[in-house]
Amino acid sequence: MAKQEHKQPLVHIVKRSAMPFKKALAIRAAAIVIALLLCGIIAMMLAKTNPINIYGAMIKGAFGTENKIWNLLQDIAILLCISLAITPAFKMKFWNCGAEGQVLIGGLGAVTVMYFLGGKVAYPVLLIIMIAVSILAGMIWAIIPALFKAQWNTNETLFTLMMNYIATQLVAFCLKSWVKSGSGVLTPMEQYGLPRIGHRYLLNIIVVVVITAIMYVYLKYSKHGYEISVVGESENTAKYIGINVKKVIIRTLLVSGAVCGIAGLLLVGGTDHTITTTTVGGRGFTAIMVSWLAKFNPLVMVLTTFLVVFLQKGSSQMQYDFGVNNAVSDIITAIILFFIIGCEFFINYKVVFRKKEDKAVKEAEQK
Amino acid sequence: MIAFLTSAIRLGMAFLFGSTGETITEKAGHLNLGIPGVMCVGASCGCLAGSIYYNAVDGNLNPFLAVIIPILATVIGGALMGLIYSFLTVTLRSNQNVTGLVLTTFGVGVSNYMIAQLDAVSFGKANIYFRASLPFAEKLGWFGKLFFSYGVFVYLAIAIAVATTIILSKTRIGLNLRAVGENPATADAAGINVSRYRYLATCIGCGIAGLGGLCFIMDYLGGNWEYMIDAIGWLAIALVIFTVWKPSLGIVGSIIFGGLYIASSYITGVSFALKEILKMLPYAVTVIVLIITSIRAKKESQPPQSLGLSYFREER
Repeated sequence: MAKQEHKQPLVHIVKRSAMPFKKALAIRAAAIVIALLLCGIIAMMLAKTNPINIYGAMIKGAFGTENKIWNLLQDIAILLCISLAITPAFKMKFWNCGAEGQVLIGGLGAVTVMYFLGGKVAYPVLLIIMIAVSILAGMIWAIIPALFKAQWNTNETLFTLMMNYIATQLVAFCLKSWVKSGSGVLTPMEQYGLPRIGHRYLLNIIVVVVITAIMYVYLKYSKHGYEISVVGESENTAKYIGINVKKVIIRTLLVSGAVCGIAGLLLVGGTDHTITTTTVGGRGFTAIMVSWLAKFNPLVMVLTTFLVVFLQKGSSQMQYDFGVNNAVSDIITAIILFFIIGCEFFINYKVVFRKKEDKAVKEAEQK
Repeated sequence: MIAFLTSAIRLGMAFLFGSTGETITEKAGHLNLGIPGVMCVGASCGCLAGSIYYNAVDGNLNPFLAVIIPILATVIGGALMGLIYSFLTVTLRSNQNVTGLVLTTFGVGVSNYMIAQLDAVSFGKANIYFRASLPFAEKLGWFGKLFFSYGVFVYLAIAIAVATTIILSKTRIGLNLRAVGENPATADAAGINVSRYRYLATCIGCGIAGLGGLCFIMDYLGGNWEYMIDAIGWLAIALVIFTVWKPSLGIVGSIIFGGLYIASSYITGVSFALKEILKMLPYAVTVIVLIITSIRAKKESQPPQSLGLSYFREER
């Protein structure tokens, strides 16, 4: 009988148990550095200048003037708020791709109150109604897919995606029917917005800092947070230990939608004082990446939000300085995210090459 | 009415390419949310190739080459995007939802950059060949208009959808592919190379989906670039669910979607504001179909069992 040679594959992959936090952090940092270098090279070819100028422009774009720092902080605040909003849902493995719509509807709620009640009721009453309506609107938009998911296991990724477009059309409808001139641009109603404390972005930033702290405690120390993690890890385990999965899904999405509503309120009531169909501007999707990159930890999320916003601001400065196309910002952000996504592999798995001594072991076994 | 139907069919084919491609990918167990990006890149690669060809021959286009070169470039561009996606999700076992969303961002960025470098005239000229229909279509009245008045893309889309249906349901390759998507561990035990099937399904799927972008630009819009391919891409993904993972149903479904999408511009006598509500139709209908299929929970109309999960052999 011919002896069959069983060759071990050249490389094979082994799952790691748990990597020390510092080492995992080092791998992530290395991935970001490699990605930044690669982006530098790409930007160099597109902008035809040396990399130091490019990184200089990026830093200038983010921190150049006092105004730019405020803008940076404002963008971080809004993106962080939306990321925090989707985090409970994602931790539960409920793929809520509908933050875009939930935030927009929250904003629409705020603008509706401003439009119909502005000047008709006392300002404090208006504020309370506005806050309540925004939060409620966000909750309603999130609870619809959640109910169906809980009851019939309807695919939530696509459901929430479709809800985004329905929200966009609803805003378009409101704008067309309110603005009589037909231009579709609603004049800002600054006098009915949220009160201004110091700098015009300060209130937003404070609100988001508070939400970050609350969300951290909620996810890490509350019973709800524990239930969310159990449902996310294994639905069967959750059922076994007596967690009402349906209830948790619906409750979590209510929280998620409420925070999205607040984000909409901050965008409309606290910043723009009007609404367009692109008010959210894709942040609902960016937030998914931000939240996932931070491994759903609200404190780490501050860092990942900063990274993403810094990249966006930096690339738009590059566009201004070197006349490159504005799409470069998307490309660079995406490449860096690809690297960060890819590096998770090296944290979770280990690549093992075929070893020489294996042969010796095998021969020994055969004897 | 005929004008509405032909227009719906021509737009529908862009959806059909996208959904057929996505169906192949999903059958292998990969939920590729990067389809909108893939369609953008596919379309811009096609336009780029068309433009290079146009400049190379100084505008003396050979009808056959003017069609085939962009199509090939689109398929290659789409497949390259699929390669990025499958490297990250199959080999590196990344989260598919996040990877897909990043791929969309990337694709939209790349295609916007590419298109900004191009002269729109150079690729726009080729559209007459893409739209060239069979010569006897005009003579057959409404019948000819409804069935024969289209360019190459409409027939190509239907051919691909039919071929995909046959391959998926009648051949061993299709059976293996479905096995990989339903239960990769079992497929692996049966000696099927799971990674190879997943790579190929994703790349071929993305190549086909890319054609949807080119079809939208060259056929439906007549060679004008418009920055709304990604909306078409999301609808194509929705269409996969609408048609319960069957490309044959996709032919009808895509025409319905095309009709719903353009309905608002054909319905007269409603205010501009109401038209915005009408534009909700395709999305609302998708939601309703989504709900109905999940409530009925029929075995035949369920998503592949391991959809969205990466496969790691040593994991139990």
